[in-house]
Amino acid sequence: MNISRRQLMILLPAAAVAWESVMAGTPEDAPNYKMTGHWWGMLIDIDKCIGCGNCVRACQTENDVPDGYFRTWVERYHRTDWPMTGSGPITTNPLIAPEVISPDGGKEGFPVATDESGKYFFVPKLCNHCADSPCTQVCPVGATFISPDGVVLVDQTYCLGCAYCVQACPYGCRYIHPKKEVADKCTLCYHRITKGLTTACCEACPTGARKLVDLKNPNDPIHAFLKTHSVQVLKPQMATGAKLFYNDLDGSVR
Amino acid sequence: MSVFKDTGHLFRFAGLFVLAFLIFLVVRHYVVPKSFGQYGHYRGAAIGEIAARPVKFAGHETCEMCHSDVAEKKKIGKHAQVNCEACHGALASHADDPATVTPVLPDTAVLCARCHTASAAKPKGFPQVDPASHYQGTPCKTCHQPHSPGIDAGGAK
Amino acid sequence: MSGVEGYMYPNEITLYWSVLIVLYPYITGLVAGAFILASLERVFRVDAVKPTYRLALLTALAFLLVAPLPLVLHLGHPFRSPEMYFTPHSTSAMAMFGYVYMWYLMAVLVFEIWLDYRCEIVLLSQSCKGLLRLVYRVMTLGSTNISPRSLAIDDRVGWIVTLIGIPSAFLLHGYVGFIFGSIKANPWWSSPLMPVVFIFSAMVSGVAGVMLLYMAISKLRKQIIDMRCVDTIAMYLFYIFIIDFSLEMLDLVHRIYEADESFRSLDFMVHTQLYFSQIVIQIGLGTILPLVLLFLTQVVKLPEIVRKRIYAISGSLALIGIFAMRWNVVIGGQLFSKSFLGYTTYKMSLVTREGLLVAIFLTLLPLVFLWVLIKLLPPWPEKSAHAQAAGG
Repeated sequence: MNISRRQLMILLPAAAVAWESVMAGTPEDAPNYKMTGHWWGMLIDIDKCIGCGNCVRACQTENDVPDGYFRTWVERYHRTDWPMTGSGPITTNPLIAPEVISPDGGKEGFPVATDESGKYFFVPKLCNHCADSPCTQVCPVGATFISPDGVVLVDQTYCLGCAYCVQACPYGCRYIHPKKEVADKCTLCYHRITKGLTTACCEACPTGARKLVDLKNPNDPIHAFLKTHSVQVLKPQMATGAKLFYNDLDGSVR
Repeated sequence: MSVFKDTGHLFRFAGLFVLAFLIFLVVRHYVVPKSFGQYGHYRGAAIGEIAARPVKFAGHETCEMCHSDVAEKKKIGKHAQVNCEACHGALASHADDPATVTPVLPDTAVLCARCHTASAAKPKGFPQVDPASHYQGTPCKTCHQPHSPGIDAGGAK
Repeated sequence: MSGVEGYMYPNEITLYWSVLIVLYPYITGLVAGAFILASLERVFRVDAVKPTYRLALLTALAFLLVAPLPLVLHLGHPFRSPEMYFTPHSTSAMAMFGYVYMWYLMAVLVFEIWLDYRCEIVLLSQSCKGLLRLVYRVMTLGSTNISPRSLAIDDRVGWIVTLIGIPSAFLLHGYVGFIFGSIKANPWWSSPLMPVVFIFSAMVSGVAGVMLLYMAISKLRKQIIDMRCVDTIAMYLFYIFIIDFSLEMLDLVHRIYEADESFRSLDFMVHTQLYFSQIVIQIGLGTILPLVLLFLTQVVKLPEIVRKRIYAISGSLALIGIFAMRWNVVIGGQLFSKSFLGYTTYKMSLVTREGLLVAIFLTLLPLVFLWVLIKLLPPWPEKSAHAQAAGG
């Protein structure tokens, strides 16, 4: 590190003060954060994901995610070439039956692929933070909810662990925490985004495939992006109001 | 009153219900958390509790506050959009107490391979090699400086 | 990953709803079905089934008392379950469990049983000794009025309670069907038919259950089985069974015909993982065979001993078949991936909180409760007189 002692004497206290405000308490108390001024989502650019698994590891570190369970995971799709011979049963339709793997959620990356035919791509998945979420609808006691700034959260001191929300999520992003025995899932790193940081997964992504998005912020690049790209959500027929937008999502993605 | 004459037992049964209901109301008043219903059908205080969790990744802006020289070098290279902690791991503890908490340098042999191992599955334009055969398996650091890995940027630091 | 075929979302591999969640609808189904049988006599004046009236009510109560146990044992935090009473979420079908249960238990079952037995309770509270005397005295709620007019009023009120009890029973079990039927994320569950199928299969299991209990208990007590009663119950069982079977076939045919995106995956699951429990047990042994046997008794004049055997066999098969139906719904709904690309397996444990032993225990516990209830509130006049004479 090439910094002079003098620079250090100035920088360190400034950093310390800035850091303090970053570590400070509740969003209502934080001087600059008003919940109603934000509507959070995420943009995933399929073209950029290389399946390195950095996001899965970062999420596990940031949020103490237990092994074998995933707040985010990456799937690798192989939409094979269309069968050239015979008409075949519907099961050979590559758009309906792609080959999908997610070894340990993609946490340590993926095995090397050697088949040059067909199309491969990676699909990172996480909670869609649905605006019309079926999981919050079914919670019997109000332990899971969507915050005023659009993040679906679980109140783990109130949750009974009935797992109804786990059954109701169409995307498989929820699980019951094996130790705490309550529902758990991606919180969009709420404790980070309310302090002006980005999510751990976005921070760790080396290619910019994952980007946190604030739909209520006029300066957010998502607005320009949406004007020039086609985006999709997973399972649009479920009408969940998902706020996880995918650029260039293939039709074979489940 | 003649209506009570042979129905007294029914009123007693109903009375049990009324009593149970009243007890329920009293208990409910004390048991339901105060912030419940503040923003919706949930405990409003939960939002603050979730937001108060500790941060493990400092975020590249915090790193750049002190390590501005590295930031400058990275900005013009191929790894411009790769954030510090994507390779160096979660370092909020270091940012909190830089003198005491010293991060361990990642092993480039393992680290670089994670992203750059060639695979038919990766996007075609993405730089990828077979680590075993690329320059006979020479360690990446020999020719590539991680903060600015372009080959003309010179060897390891 | 052991037990996984194809691709499952990583969080889907474990099943979260275990055999205890299979047991819960089974138990409330028996409650609702038993109550409907009781209401046949009380509201619809089918006198033939009167010998089973009180037994049906006690059976319903015995099972209802056990019903919350599988749920509570399944919860991650059972001691937080009062939250369902204090802050029920109005958009959640599950949230109504607390209130529907309490309503059905107190305002329907306990109330009706109390009204029907009040005369005996008062008499027993005067003739018994010791602890039993105290129990009966508490049950009288302090009123010893058993004048003809008060008993006539009880009868009238009891009729109204049974009348209200019928939709209440449908609600008690129908909401469970809705819990599954309203989950758009799961195509095996999502169907408007689900609450209706649940209710009719509940009636099959409850009616068959009471019929079997009546026959078994009569045998134990060395009493003659009232064949007119049992024949009538079997007839109603047959008709309800037909409706239940038709509804399930309608669902099946509709699925096969429309063949939406989930069909291939579900079809494969039924032919492999669920083959034994669905095709063999639920449909074959649990529905078609008892239906054929019951049909025989309806069209052919058979001797009493043959009819008794057929009723016993069909009733038992029906009970097994309805349990299999609950199993196939709950477990089946979690065996396939919502990506429609894979399957997992259910590894039922033996001795854990949600294991097989607990499930067996919870299935037998209602019979223990029923035994206690029968001792406390004898359903049959001779036994009641005997109890009076012996002083409890």
